[in-house]
Amino acid sequence: MRIAVDAQKCQGHARCYALSPELFSVDDYGQASVNGDGTVPPELVEKAELAIANCPEFAISVVDD
Amino acid sequence: MAHDGPVIDWATDFDVMDPGYVLDPFPIWDELRAKCPVARTDRRKGAWLLTTYADVTEAAHDIETFSSLKVGVIPPTDDAPNLGLPFGLPPISADPPLHTWTRRLLLPWFSNTRVASLEPMTRQLCERLIDGFAGNGHADAAADYAQQIPVRVIAKTLGVPDTLSDTFTGWVRDVLEFADDPVKVARGRQGIVNYLLEEIDRRKADPRDDLISSLVQTEHDDAPVEDGVVLGIASLVLIAGIDTTWSAIGSTLWHLATHPEHAQRLVSEPQLLPTAVEEFLRAYSPVTMARVVTSDTEFKGCPMHTGDKVLMNFPAANRDPEVFDRADEVVLDRAHNRHVAFGSGIHRCAGSNLARMELSVALETWLRRIPVFGLSGDHAVTWAGGQVRGPRSIPVVFR
Repeated sequence: MRIAVDAQKCQGHARCYALSPELFSVDDYGQASVNGDGTVPPELVEKAELAIANCPEFAISVVDD
Repeated sequence: MAHDGPVIDWATDFDVMDPGYVLDPFPIWDELRAKCPVARTDRRKGAWLLTTYADVTEAAHDIETFSSLKVGVIPPTDDAPNLGLPFGLPPISADPPLHTWTRRLLLPWFSNTRVASLEPMTRQLCERLIDGFAGNGHADAAADYAQQIPVRVIAKTLGVPDTLSDTFTGWVRDVLEFADDPVKVARGRQGIVNYLLEEIDRRKADPRDDLISSLVQTEHDDAPVEDGVVLGIASLVLIAGIDTTWSAIGSTLWHLATHPEHAQRLVSEPQLLPTAVEEFLRAYSPVTMARVVTSDTEFKGCPMHTGDKVLMNFPAANRDPEVFDRADEVVLDRAHNRHVAFGSGIHRCAGSNLARMELSVALETWLRRIPVFGLSGDHAVTWAGGQVRGPRSIPVVFR
């Protein structure tokens, strides 16, 4: 599983970072990004799905590789 | 035709300051969502009211049609004096481009890193407040606790003395809670403006590590940021950072005082606190924001005209059963919670990280110190409404 944050949609709610700092970073302006290339290790899949389901801007998606 | 007196039909004649609505708006929102869902009123100079998650978030994202130049839920009365804020309260009351660059000045002051640095101070503050009443066996969870927290954290951020906390709280209540009283609004605004203008002058002469100092030393387009903009931003932080978070903390404690099984569960399962905090934010979202229509448009079948006020009811959106299962219940372990308590789109609350930290610390500290508590019945719980909804008095007893 690989995920991505749409920088145009992200408004800095930081819900993803609160749910999984292992997968996401947030800069000083609130802009979220995935750590590394967004690959989700199996043990963090549930957290990734929670981040997707809680983002108020629908900014996180699964990447079809 | 403007109406007075009790509301008969909420779909065509709503009043956000109706005492029954302030006390218990939830069934009214359910009714409006089911049968309108966009309501209309001619009261208070007229407004539309959006009540579904889809409508509220769509309007929040359509910044071309719905401008932020007027965000007040209760309009100023005609005889309100010059309010002394030439640029309004940017970025909240601004559209791009003013919104964009002023928001960028503000955001780093509420980043996760900055907020984390304020957490120890917030924790000590909560402990000290509880020390003040723990031995009494009773307290006002709103006035003695919730109300006392955000104002001091905001004072620290702005770099102003927290010994003036009661004064700041009074000004902000004048502006937000008594928005339909021109004398109080003028008093609150003038208090804030006069005080902050003096602080701005002091920071120019003697800069420190605080938001006001940072703003007066910042340049935009190769020129210092104008005093009026600095004043607007600092006023916004004071106005938006106090009543709102205090309301969220108060509503949370009111809920737990009236649902002891929930308090008990959070005490025995503290790992639920992060999801519970999001759930309290959803179920008791304090803030409704207004927009002004920029050009005649039809929205969900409603003919909206240039200059019309539109109320984006985030609290109602967050109880929309189309989006949330068991929307009218507080579900402490709700895993999927895409709430918009902090708004949606480019005006997402700039202080959301700070508010979330304050609510988390206030709740965790209260439950650790006062795990068993309930309403005392000494006097009624009172609520404020309009722009910001939350309890203003919550008499509780505890062991």
